[in-house]
Amino acid sequence: MSSPEPRTGSPPPAPAPLPTGRGIELVLLAFAAVLVTGALALVEANQEQELTQALLWVGLAYLALFTIAHLAVRRFAPYADPLILPCVALLNGLGLVMIHRLDLARVERALAAGRDTPVELVARQVAWTAIGLALFVAVMWVVRDHRTIARYAYTAGFSGLVLLALPGLLPSSISEVNGAKLWIRIGGVGIQPGEFAKILLIVFFAAFLVQKRDLFSTAGRRFLGMELPRARDLAPLVVAWGLSVGVLVLERDLGTSLLFFGIVLVLLYVATERVSWLLIGLTFFLGGCLIAYQLFGHVRVRVQVWIDPFSDFENTGFQIAQALFGLGTGGVGGTGLGAGRPDLVPYAESDFMLSSLGEELGLIGLAAILIIYLVLITRGLRSALAVRDSFGKLLATGLAFTLALQVFIVIGGASKLIPLTGLTLPFLSYGGSSLVANYALVAMLLRISNAARAPLPRRPPAPLPPIAEAGTELVERPS
Amino acid sequence: MNTPVRRVAIAVMAMVLLLMGNLTYVQVVQAGDYRSDPRNQRVLLAEYSRKRGQIGAEGQILASSTETDDRLRYLRQYSDGPMYAPVTGYYSITYSSSGIERAADAVLNGSDDRLFARRLSDLITGRDPSGGNVLLTIDPAVQRAAYEQLTERGYTGSVVALRPQTGEILAMVSTPSYDPNKLASHDADERMAAWQQFNEADPPVLPNRAISETYPPGSTFKLIDVAAALASGRYTPDSQLTAASAITLQGTNTQLGNFNGNACGTGETASLRDALQRSCNTAFAQLSAELGEQVIRQQAEAFGIGTSDLRVPMPVATSTIGAIPDTAALQQSSIGQRDVALTPLQNAMVVAAIANGGVMMQPHLISQVQSQDLQPVETTNPDRMGQAVDASVARTLTELMVNNENSYSGSGKITGVQIAAKTGTAEHGANPQSVAPHVWYVAFAPADDPQVAVAVLVESGGDRNNLAATGGTVAAPIGRAVIRAALGTDR
Repeated sequence: MSSPEPRTGSPPPAPAPLPTGRGIELVLLAFAAVLVTGALALVEANQEQELTQALLWVGLAYLALFTIAHLAVRRFAPYADPLILPCVALLNGLGLVMIHRLDLARVERALAAGRDTPVELVARQVAWTAIGLALFVAVMWVVRDHRTIARYAYTAGFSGLVLLALPGLLPSSISEVNGAKLWIRIGGVGIQPGEFAKILLIVFFAAFLVQKRDLFSTAGRRFLGMELPRARDLAPLVVAWGLSVGVLVLERDLGTSLLFFGIVLVLLYVATERVSWLLIGLTFFLGGCLIAYQLFGHVRVRVQVWIDPFSDFENTGFQIAQALFGLGTGGVGGTGLGAGRPDLVPYAESDFMLSSLGEELGLIGLAAILIIYLVLITRGLRSALAVRDSFGKLLATGLAFTLALQVFIVIGGASKLIPLTGLTLPFLSYGGSSLVANYALVAMLLRISNAARAPLPRRPPAPLPPIAEAGTELVERPS
Repeated sequence: MNTPVRRVAIAVMAMVLLLMGNLTYVQVVQAGDYRSDPRNQRVLLAEYSRKRGQIGAEGQILASSTETDDRLRYLRQYSDGPMYAPVTGYYSITYSSSGIERAADAVLNGSDDRLFARRLSDLITGRDPSGGNVLLTIDPAVQRAAYEQLTERGYTGSVVALRPQTGEILAMVSTPSYDPNKLASHDADERMAAWQQFNEADPPVLPNRAISETYPPGSTFKLIDVAAALASGRYTPDSQLTAASAITLQGTNTQLGNFNGNACGTGETASLRDALQRSCNTAFAQLSAELGEQVIRQQAEAFGIGTSDLRVPMPVATSTIGAIPDTAALQQSSIGQRDVALTPLQNAMVVAAIANGGVMMQPHLISQVQSQDLQPVETTNPDRMGQAVDASVARTLTELMVNNENSYSGSGKITGVQIAAKTGTAEHGANPQSVAPHVWYVAFAPADDPQVAVAVLVESGGDRNNLAATGGTVAAPIGRAVIRAALGTDR
C-alpha cells in the first residue's frame, strides 16, 4: 500500500485504504447510549422516581462497557462491520431499561402485598451483560481466523449434543423450571446449555456441509426429478439433526427444536443451492407437526390456545390473552415508557418481553425494534455474501439466520401469528444464557465480517508465463 | 453460494414484514377490542389511576378519592358512609357501583362530554386526568335528622324530603344502611367479607328503599281520592259520606271495615273533611265507587304514579295503582291497599305537588356538575312535570291536611309552625292480621308557605311485633323532626 510507485504504468494503482468504519461504530454506540439513558429517564419520570445524577452515571457506565467492546473490535477485528455492535448495544440497553421498569412494578406490588422486596433482575442482567461482553472479547481474541473453527467441527457437534442432552439426563431438581427440563442450576445461578449448544451445532453443520457439499449436489440417485444424496454422505448430518430435535422434543422445548429444524434446512439449501431440499424439509416438517399433534397433549393444547386463546382464558390461554391485551392497549403510540401495566403479563421480562415493549412503546416502537433486528441480521448476511470462503459464508448465514428465526418465533408466538413456544428475544429478554451465548454469536459474526471487509494482503503480481507455456488447470466453479 | 444467501435475506425481510403486518393487525385493527375487554385489568386500573371527582352537598364532601401508594392509586372514601349510602351508592373494583357513583359515572370519571375542554388541556399539559365533581341538592342537616330518627329507634324504613317549588331532594334515607367504604376498600378480603355480609343482611341493606322499593301507601292514598273528588266538582269538604263502621264491597260478600272497627263519628254520615281526618275506610270505599275507576286512575297518573322513566338521576322504581278489574277492587285500592304500591319518593312527590299549588316538579338530586377545578359546568334548573290538581283544589287539600295534623296526637309538634299532613297504616303480606303494618306519614310545612315536603315510611311499623302501630304514633314524630331540621328551627 505504501509503495511509492508512479501512478502511471502497468501495475494497477494502489486502492485507497479501506475505511474501517470504527469511527462510525463509536458514534453509533454513543447514540445508543443516549437513547438508552433517555429511555431510562422516561421510565423514572413516569414511575415518579426521582431523576438524579445517578442516571447520568448509568448512561456513562453503559457507554464505558460498550467502549471496551468497541476497543476490542478495534484491536482484534478492525475491519468488522460497524453497524452490528451498535445494534446489539441498543437492543441490550432497551432490554435493561424494560427489565428495570418491570423490577419497579414488582417492587411496588411486593410493597402493597407486604411481601419482601424481590430480587432486582436488572442487576443480574447487567452482570450477565458484562460476562457476555467478556466472552465476546475472548472469542475475538482467541479466534483470529474463523476458518480455524472448521477444524473442530466434529468436536463442536459432539459437545453441542452433550450440552443439549445434559439437562434431560440430570435430575429434575437441577434441571426443571416450569415444566421444561432445559436448565443446569447450581447454587441459585442457572444456565440453559441449549443456548450454547445452538452455536456449537451451527458450527458443526456449516463445516460438515462445506466438506460434503459437492457430494450433495452431484452424487446420488434421481428421485422425482430431484438428486438425492447417498445415505452415508448425509448420515452424520441426519443423526446430529435428528438427535438434537429429538432431545428438544423430549425436553418439551418446542421453540428450540423448531429453531434447529429451520437452521439446518436453510444451511442445506444455501450449501447445495437446491430448492428441492427446502421442499423435502417442509414436507418432513408438516409430517412431524401432524405426528407431534397426535402424540403430545401439550402440543395439542398449544395449537388450541393459538386458535382461540380466549376459549380457556383462565388457564391455558391466560398468558397469550394478557399479552394481546398489553399489545392492544399500547396501540400505535404506546402508553409511554413506565406508564403502562406490562407487569400484568406473566413472564413479562422473558418470554413476553415483546408485549411489554409493545404496550409502552406501541406499534411504532416495535417497528423500530424490528428494524434494528433487521439491520443486525442483514449486516450478518452481508458478511456472508462478502466473505470469500464457503465455510465463512455458511457459518455467517447460519448465525444470522438463527437470530432471524428466533426473533420470528418469539414475536410471532407472543402476537398470535404462530403457536406460542418458549424462547427469548435475543438481547432484549431477561436471561443469562441467551445473552452470553448471543454475544459469542455476534463475536463470530464480527470476526467473519472482518475477514470479508479486510483488504487482501497485496502480493506482487506473479509474472505471467507466455501463453504457450501455460498449462491447463482445474478451476473451481464460482460459487 | 451467494444467490441462496440473497434469497435467505429476502426471506428474512418477508418474515419481518409478516410480523409487522400481524402486529399492525393486533395493535391497530383489534386494539379497540382488546383495550375494552372487561377481562383486561388495565381498564379498571386506569380508572383507579385517575382521580375520581367528588360528590358533595352544601359544603360537605360525601365521597372523594385520596391518593394511596398501592397498586390502585386512588382510594374512594365516604364520610358518613351509611347515612349517605342511599344517595352516593358505592364504587367498588369488584362489585361495580350504585347510586350517584353509577348514575353520574361519566362526570365523576371525567369522560363526560361537558368536561371535554379540561380533558384536552390535561392531554396537552400532561396533567394527570381527573374527573368532574357532582354537587347534590341534599341538605346535610335534613339528611342527618332523618337518618338519626330512623336509626335511633332501630327502624327499617325510608325518609324522602323535597323542596316543593323546585323538586330538589333534601334528604333521601334508607335504613338499615351499609358502609360503602368497605366495598371500595383496596383490600380484597375486606371487600369480599363486606359484600357477603351486606348481601346476607336481614333486613336487606343494599336496596335503596326510597326509590327502589314500592310499598302499599295505605291511607296516604286517600289524598289522591280527595283530590279526584274535589277536582270533579261534585264534592266539597262538607259533602256527606257514610259513617258506617263497615260496608260490604260492591258485588261481593267481603266486608271492609274501618281501622279498629270504629264508626266514623257519631252520626249516620260524616263530612269528607272528617272522613279524611279519621281516615274512614268505609267513606272512601263509597266515594271511590261513586267517582269510578277512570277518575281515580287519572288523578293518580296526574300525580306521577305509573311514570316509568323517572330518574333522579338514579332510575326510580315505577309506582302503580295496579289492575282494577271491578268496583270492589277499586274500593280496596282507594284506601291504598290491594295492588297499589308507591315508592317513598313518589309519595313525597304527591304532597310536594299539593304544597306547590298543584304543580309537580321534577325531583332531582344533582344541583350542579362542576369541572375538575370547581367551575360550574351545568346547573340543574327546576323542571315542571305537570299540573296534578288546580291551585284551588290544592288549597282545599292543604286546608284538610292542616285539619288532619291538628287532630293527630303524637310527639314532636313544632311550636309556631303549621304542618299539613296525612298518616297511613298499610297492611301487607300474605296474612295481614299477623304482620305489623307499614306506617306512613306524608306532610309539608309551613302550610301557608311550604318549604319542605316529606314522606316517612317505617316498614312493619318499626317493630315487628307491634300490630297496633299507626302512622300517627310511629311515623309522624320522625316526619316532624325532619321538618324541624329542614326549616332550621333547631339550628
